[in-house]
Amino acid sequence: MEHKQSPLGYISFSVFAWIVGLLIFFPIFWMVLTSFKSELEAVSIPPSFISFDWTLENYAEVQERSNYFKFALNSIILSVGSTLVGLVFAVTCAWAMAFNPTKRTKDALLWMLSTKMMPPVGVLVPIYLVFRDWGLLDTRFGLIMVLFLINLPIMVWMLYTYFKEIPTDILEAARMDGATLPKEIIFVLLPMAVPGIASTMLLNIILAWNEAFWTLNLTTSDAAPLTAFIASYSSPEGLFWAKLSAASTLAVAPILVIGWFSQKQLVRGLTFGAVK
Amino acid sequence: MKRVMGAALCALLAGGIAHANAETKLTIATVNNGDMIRMQKLTDDFTSKNPDISLEWVTLEENTLRQRVTTDIATKGGQYDVMTIGTYEVPIWAEKGWLAPLDQLGPDYDVDDIMPAIRSAVSKDDALYAAPFYGESSMMMYRKDLFDAAGITINGRLTWDQTLEIAKKLHKPDEGVYGICLRGKAGWGENMALITTMGNAYGARLFDENWNPTFDSAEWKAALDMYTNILGNYGPPGATSNGFNENLSLFNSGKCGMWIDATVAASFVTNPKESKVADKVGFTEAPCAATCTGANWLWAWNLGIPMGSQKVEAAQKFIAWATSKNYLELVASKEGWANVPPGTRMSLYQNPKYLEAAPFADETLLAIDSADPINSTMKPKPYVGVQFAAIPEFQGIGTTVGQQFSAALAGQMTVEQALAAAQSGTDRTMRKAGYY
Repeated sequence: MEHKQSPLGYISFSVFAWIVGLLIFFPIFWMVLTSFKSELEAVSIPPSFISFDWTLENYAEVQERSNYFKFALNSIILSVGSTLVGLVFAVTCAWAMAFNPTKRTKDALLWMLSTKMMPPVGVLVPIYLVFRDWGLLDTRFGLIMVLFLINLPIMVWMLYTYFKEIPTDILEAARMDGATLPKEIIFVLLPMAVPGIASTMLLNIILAWNEAFWTLNLTTSDAAPLTAFIASYSSPEGLFWAKLSAASTLAVAPILVIGWFSQKQLVRGLTFGAVK
Repeated sequence: MKRVMGAALCALLAGGIAHANAETKLTIATVNNGDMIRMQKLTDDFTSKNPDISLEWVTLEENTLRQRVTTDIATKGGQYDVMTIGTYEVPIWAEKGWLAPLDQLGPDYDVDDIMPAIRSAVSKDDALYAAPFYGESSMMMYRKDLFDAAGITINGRLTWDQTLEIAKKLHKPDEGVYGICLRGKAGWGENMALITTMGNAYGARLFDENWNPTFDSAEWKAALDMYTNILGNYGPPGATSNGFNENLSLFNSGKCGMWIDATVAASFVTNPKESKVADKVGFTEAPCAATCTGANWLWAWNLGIPMGSQKVEAAQKFIAWATSKNYLELVASKEGWANVPPGTRMSLYQNPKYLEAAPFADETLLAIDSADPINSTMKPKPYVGVQFAAIPEFQGIGTTVGQQFSAALAGQMTVEQALAAAQSGTDRTMRKAGYY
């Protein structure tokens, strides 16, 4: 039965949605705006909206001081690398849990997620010692391993939710036709789960891109991504908001573009299973 | 043909090895502030004089840097060859044997030119364990125009009671001017830096000779009463969120009658590019109360070398370059005397060119000279440090106590409750740490 919404309800919902949307977008808008102000204008009270002397000097200074492309390249390698490695483990894990559950599957899933609740600083020293002894400090490989492991629970959860929606009969039919396990996963399961995998990958790329604890603590220069780039523009003494905003705008620009073009897949992936 | 190729290969390998030998890469961890960024820009001067050394800079925000270098040095991670560390870390790390002594700074370095207060803060058993890059104390910056309009003149060093009276006269929130701006943001390097110096001025100390905390003393009560009264009643609204940068913004936009904070702020508030009141600022020493001992803090950012570094010789060469008198002249020749890193070398304050370019030089020197990390309280104390106690536990204690004092400022608890909570919390920490 279709529920028809009244025009008043439709308008009020739209207005509410717009207000929420604008509130969420405002900090990003303000950051971009601040990046074009001088340091003095960036902190002036009351703040100026449009009527200020627009300047590109912050971007010039950021470019002069840091090699943006080196940091950006590391961010791309770390986020995409950790996502691809994670996907291999998450797909097999989610397959086992979705199609061959045991009575402990739900507990295992919850336990996996509970590891995300641990404050990372609690294991900083042990991880740092392991990295030091294995020569992984300031290496992309080491960080890919850490990022893939910290995001694995979320990847497994998302893929598990997605795989649960795929009828088991189809996989059984493939097995009846003689498909081996790898063929069943690669040629039958994965093509059907492409939207779910795409949204999982996108979300994981965003999470890895934004990760700022391990990427700051385990890198110095060679493997430092954009989070380290931003961190170098915050200052306890002196005005820094305009330059920090310029650095932040440069850092979030790639992920904003990816997010904009893939928002349909993202929303679909995130809300899948929520409405049945 | 094979011979030619073999020879070429040998030459390439030899060249490669020679290149590898020639270049020592120093990784330098530093904070993001104007003086450090300026040093990065002047790197070419060092590398042209030392072509066998290359520099890799890792610039981080202060708290991130502190966490990062502490983890690295404590675990002997070996990620950095030169670290930027504060006067809080140097004595603790030197005591633990984490820092290499700086004994190869060269004959021209002139260690005796380093300000005595700063030098004693970075030395152990007369050996330098870090070299100061820039130093600061605290002082009062005030609006000369507002003082003149209110008929206020400063005769000698102010007391906190006099400061309170002046704040009352200047406080005109309807006109957008607050009597005084002070740090209210909780943290051992934020509000506690100021409140501890206020405590010193009122005759208080963080610990007695047996390491017992003394927040239950009448001196602390008087200091915290003054702090909550003057900032709560004659400060800007939402002062509990204000740290150095927030107050700098307020002062530069003309909203503070007085501001007591780091001497390094003087160059910002007198810079017309950053400040709307650049030509209206006066400077005087931080207020006293029962005593002037310890009434202004002492801080310096220093360059140190982690023990076990394989590049000590190259690192010392770099530190000698960055903290030398010649470096000050280099900065002056490129950026002007007003931009040289202040507060470390006595000769800078005898330089007429610097004195002319920096109208705040005399007060800065006075403040740094009068801050002594060993004798900073009226009663005897067992710790080193003016606004902190150089023990590993202080970071945690300072942050927790800072939160309680901030809550008292916000009116969420009374001064008595905040001091009682500070006393019991600190007592627990010190007991656990085995001090008694």
